[in-house]
Amino acid sequence: MTQHLESRFAALSQSEAREAALTIAGPDPAGPQPLSVPSPVFEMSDVSVFYGDYQAVRNVDLPVARREITALIGPSGCGKSTILRCFNRMNDLVPGARVTGKITFHDEDLYADYVDPIEVRRRIGMVFQKPNPFPKSIYDNVAYGPRVNGVKKGLDEIVEQALRGAALWDETKDKLTDSALALSGGQQQRLCIARTIAVQPEVILMDEPCSALDPIATSKIEDLMHDLAEDFTIIIVTHNMQQAARVSERTAFFTADVDEAGVRHGRLVEFDRTATIFSGPSDRRTEDYITGRFG
Amino acid sequence: MTTTIYRSSAPDTGVTTLRGSRRPRRELVFRLALQSALGIAVSFLGVLLAYVVWTGLPRLDADLLRNMPSTLRPETAGAQSAITGTLWVISLTALITVPIGVMSAIYLEEYADPTKWWNRVIDINIQNLAAVPSIVYGILGLGVIARGLGLGLTVLSAAITLSLLVLPVVIIAGREAIRAVPSSIRFGSLALGATQWQTIWKQVLPAAVPGTATGSILALSRAIGEAAPLLLLGALAYISFNPDGVLSQFTVLPVQIYDFIKQSREEFVPLASAAIVVLLVILLAMNSVAIYLRNKFQRRW
Repeated sequence: MTQHLESRFAALSQSEAREAALTIAGPDPAGPQPLSVPSPVFEMSDVSVFYGDYQAVRNVDLPVARREITALIGPSGCGKSTILRCFNRMNDLVPGARVTGKITFHDEDLYADYVDPIEVRRRIGMVFQKPNPFPKSIYDNVAYGPRVNGVKKGLDEIVEQALRGAALWDETKDKLTDSALALSGGQQQRLCIARTIAVQPEVILMDEPCSALDPIATSKIEDLMHDLAEDFTIIIVTHNMQQAARVSERTAFFTADVDEAGVRHGRLVEFDRTATIFSGPSDRRTEDYITGRFG
Repeated sequence: MTTTIYRSSAPDTGVTTLRGSRRPRRELVFRLALQSALGIAVSFLGVLLAYVVWTGLPRLDADLLRNMPSTLRPETAGAQSAITGTLWVISLTALITVPIGVMSAIYLEEYADPTKWWNRVIDINIQNLAAVPSIVYGILGLGVIARGLGLGLTVLSAAITLSLLVLPVVIIAGREAIRAVPSSIRFGSLALGATQWQTIWKQVLPAAVPGTATGSILALSRAIGEAAPLLLLGALAYISFNPDGVLSQFTVLPVQIYDFIKQSREEFVPLASAAIVVLLVILLAMNSVAIYLRNKFQRRW
């Protein structure tokens, strides 16, 4: 049914498709075909995530472009964080979680049997919602990743480079041996970013990295993200639409549908260039969300 | 520009005093009840301590530490073999209990799948084991460890028996300490490409040390005062030598105290009290270490 509708929509012109999407009632109107992106790092096709029997997110198709910032936005419970955690296999750590469909990283299946999740996480770093520095010194926080990956020499340079990369060097170079917990919230979050880039990943996943921070700290992190996007592919989950508009090149809008049994499932509604999403979204639910009519 | 005047919907009753009604007296009664409950508990303890110290005072001398127990000369008899025996047994118990307890706690918290029924059975049974009376462990120690394994009535048998006694408590304390480490720390470590074992070894365990150490020491101080299981295991009173190894015969302070008190001559009463004071000093020392560790290494997230 879905397949059929999608192929029909593909044949229609875009405005017709938009009209059709508006007129079709029911829980499962097929969205427009996901945009293809230049040199994708990740490609998700038909990805669903289950927690036990509960399907938290279903049928997501999403490509992620190299060295760009891709934002995942949407109301609470729409599965955007769940999708984010698929990219570095953090969902493996949730008992009962299961991922179906296909996610490729440079055309390699992330969930193939031979893939080592440890190696995946080394290549694909993650910054969490709440700053979570280890109860160690600033230096040891940054050196932790390289150390667990077997790096023994040149740690001083790695730490300095990472702290510079996270725009934290000037503030911390004189107190590298101080506890990381003595830093402010914004500094702690930049330390977590420094800690992540010290492992030299290709991708940085950010799960609402500014939601615990004040506006000044937030703007510093956003500036930092712009700089980081020159070297890293970044995927950011955010509740803050202005943030998505400010930092990202492409935006994926998620929402939650209620199925016949009254169960909520997250789904991807629309994926496009951020400018398009914010100026002329093709799906009414996106428009309603962007303009603040729900969520 | 318009100004909106906020009007309270509550009627103005015209009451002009802020004086309250009857309540202060009931508050006071309740507070006094709580205070007297605490008073009773503390004064029991105080009286007991004062009595023991007062009775034991004449025998709190160097002879107590220097001499071996004797049934014949209570005026100069000591408790040296019991003190050394206690230290031997409790050190060996710690050596056995802490590694096994901590490793079990790590497994149960970090690896075991709580949705599997066998893990839940283990979980419940550890809680039950912590409540089993110590005499039961004594019978087990005598039957299985001393006789079954042929270890005899030795320091080693005693230490293994006491280990069985305190192991559940140590495991529970260790699990609580491990559970108190926020999962954000684990995720942070795993997201950097650390393995599960690296995460446990470098993040979880260091953060859980104070809680585990405190719990273990408190459990061991319970074990140090146990007489029942060791009586069954044949801790001898009146031995005139210190243990010289794990396979040596031994006695411990609680057993020694019990034996002093059993004697009919009156001179044994101060001797027993003095030995009790020594036992209490050892206990206090262990608990102080526990408190020190807890304060020194306490972490805040």
